[in-house]
Amino acid sequence: MLALAGVDLSLKRSEVHALCGENGAGKSTLLKILAGCHPFGSYGGDLKGESGPLHMLSPADADAAGIALVAQELALVPELSIFENMFLGRELSRYGLLRKEEMQRRCVIAMQRVGLDENPNALVASLSVGRQQLVEIAKALDKEARVLILDEPTAALTASDAEKLNALVRTLVDQGVGCLYVSHRLEEVFAISDTITVLRDGKTVASGPASGWTRSSVVEAMVGRALAEDALHAPAPVKGKTAASLTVEHWSLAHPSIPGRFAVEDISFDLHPGEILGIAGLMGSGRTALLTSLFGAARTLNTGRLRRGDSPWRGPFQGPREAMAHGMALVSEDRKGQGLVLCASLNENIALATLPAYQRRGLLNWPSLRREAAEIAASLQVRAASLEVEAGSLSGGNQQKIVIAKWLKTGPSILLLDEPTRGIDVGSKAEIHALIRDFAAKGMSVVVASSDLSELLGLSHRLIVLSGGRQTALLERDQFSQVAVMHAATAG
Amino acid sequence: MLGALILVWAAFSITTDGVFLSPRNLALLSRQMAVTAIATTGIVLLIVSGQIDLSAGSLAGLCGAVAAMGCTNLGLGVALSIAIALTLGATLGFSQGVVVSRFGVPPFIVTLGGMLIFQGILLGLTKGVSIVPPAGFLRIGQEFLPKSATWALGAAGSAVCLWQVKRGKGLLVWGLSAVMAVGVAALFNAYQGLPLPVLLMLLLAACFWVLAEHTAFGRQLYAIGGNRDAAFYAGVPINKRIIAIFTIMGAVSASAGVVLTARVGAASADAGKMLELDAIAAAVIGGTSLLGGRGSVWGAILGATVMASLDNGMSLLNTEAFWQPIIKGTILVAAVTADLRWRHRR
Repeated sequence: MLALAGVDLSLKRSEVHALCGENGAGKSTLLKILAGCHPFGSYGGDLKGESGPLHMLSPADADAAGIALVAQELALVPELSIFENMFLGRELSRYGLLRKEEMQRRCVIAMQRVGLDENPNALVASLSVGRQQLVEIAKALDKEARVLILDEPTAALTASDAEKLNALVRTLVDQGVGCLYVSHRLEEVFAISDTITVLRDGKTVASGPASGWTRSSVVEAMVGRALAEDALHAPAPVKGKTAASLTVEHWSLAHPSIPGRFAVEDISFDLHPGEILGIAGLMGSGRTALLTSLFGAARTLNTGRLRRGDSPWRGPFQGPREAMAHGMALVSEDRKGQGLVLCASLNENIALATLPAYQRRGLLNWPSLRREAAEIAASLQVRAASLEVEAGSLSGGNQQKIVIAKWLKTGPSILLLDEPTRGIDVGSKAEIHALIRDFAAKGMSVVVASSDLSELLGLSHRLIVLSGGRQTALLERDQFSQVAVMHAATAG
Repeated sequence: MLGALILVWAAFSITTDGVFLSPRNLALLSRQMAVTAIATTGIVLLIVSGQIDLSAGSLAGLCGAVAAMGCTNLGLGVALSIAIALTLGATLGFSQGVVVSRFGVPPFIVTLGGMLIFQGILLGLTKGVSIVPPAGFLRIGQEFLPKSATWALGAAGSAVCLWQVKRGKGLLVWGLSAVMAVGVAALFNAYQGLPLPVLLMLLLAACFWVLAEHTAFGRQLYAIGGNRDAAFYAGVPINKRIIAIFTIMGAVSASAGVVLTARVGAASADAGKMLELDAIAAAVIGGTSLLGGRGSVWGAILGATVMASLDNGMSLLNTEAFWQPIIKGTILVAAVTADLRWRHRR
């Protein structure tokens, strides 16, 4: 499969050119090519600068070509000072010794251009995220970048910081810089850009002056593809609305790095046995934060209340163990990071959450552990040479089934799945979808968070849409459409 | 690893005209390695769970001295003195575990501090004077198991191995082990029987093997070391497990210290120094990954045997003492390099 398959884009001087597209549309890949992260030759097509074709082999070549990328995740070293960060990898020196005064002087000049008034010796860690963003831009200016690429520059900023940043971008553009601006917030896109290009499935689907676009036309261009096949068969209806198995009210979670902001803000919903509830939202909208906090694994202040069935209201669970004791299970987003012990056997990974249950008189009953692991692996159609092989040797789809098997062994009544099919081949994806439908049909309550919209539209009975941590829509199945979800996901 | 051991043994038996493989020398060799091997059985599980213990040697020295002082200076019984030493070891291990898990201080730092503290206390207690424990205490390090008991033990070991064969486990491995168990017993009996420290070492290794492979606790340690986040999300009580393994390690260090004191015949202020590094080296040569998640008790015993064989063989050859650490250091780095390359190729 190609990440990019036919992108045409031309960026003029003195313009802000917005790049829009769903998750997975190919924006990141395109930006990486422009920043020299993917060397010339690893992709097809032509790249031309003002002075002819560009054959960039490394980020340093991109620097030389006057292209600067301000990445979504900041590439600054928190323990170094501002000026050291600004000259990292291109330190000024004479006779092998650093020219600190010169670097500090240039640092101050560059900071003035972006309206930053900081001591160049201050540590980057002491700056707010908004100011760190400005440092990155100042760094780009010092390199005399003529092309400035901003990847979701305002995603982590407060509203007023975002406004300041966008004003700065306009000023720089008026001075002759060309700016490629990636954002999920459509209001912002319309406020700032001269030209808008929409990518979908790795292709440029439309490009033109901002005045020729409307919000709706952008959203339609973003989602315009036909629904994936599995989205066509609807889930079996929930048999008679029984009492809720899980009710959540006013659920909030503090943002891990921005004081005063929320990763999840005031979310309430209920969930019924046999129901599949989808959680949609763009990158950073709080999907993962919502699921991990429901599982008791919040790392920041978590408020709100929940109840299981008609048991009394209670606060968030204190850790995964308590959540498990209440019948919850979480198949987390990061399979290798949080799901599997890659160097352990499949048997052990499947039994990881239920090990104590296999103890008889203090000793593990390996035969029964192996037998039960084999049974569940067979029922989930895990393809592996044997269950003694290390989890790291399996393909993504089979790894995901092992994680699911582990959680099924805990006998959950509520299964939370975060990105259950990310990075998984099409065949396994369909199998996992079938499994999820099957779990629900057997009476389990399932929550699926995903960045793959067609997956959610195909699986869910109801859909919650998050944007910036807030719930911007709750859609019933008859209201489902990609356009409706994208409108809600880009709201606010 | 077994291949390396056979190679080392073959080389030494040729260069020493067979003295190396004589029953007497092997009995001495096994007794010399017992202390390191005891420490290594505990440290394997600690490393498997992603931790490290630099204080094991000093703690062994301290607890060995406490046991000796209990007998000699306070006139307590041997059993009581040893019990006090083991309790002390477990308590100090527990405290290190608490600092590591509850306060999040890296184990390297906590146990480095522990090493210095325990050395200081040991010096303060002994005032630099060696303490000679009574004869009853020394027997632990110097007695041999009677020949009949050694035969019985060999037969029992053999029976366990044959039982595994009967249960359909690998005929080659377990059949060979069954033969070896009797062979080893015969070898020890050709001298004076099984040395007590070696018996202790074998018992501890067996216990830790069961703990590692056949209890939820043991497998959870592997999971914590293999992927701490996954273990956390699977509901493994990580802090409790880490405190527990540090506590166990403290008791193991204390046992190593008691055996050391008894074998050497006295508790001195520098007893046990560098023991932890030998134990870590043995574990690593035996296939334990310092990154956590991988390692086995028997592998570590094998590693300890390789190290002890090098020491012993070079002494027999009258190699100048300075060569021993140089050779051991080279072997350590070479073993891990080979292991990594092999794993990488797979």
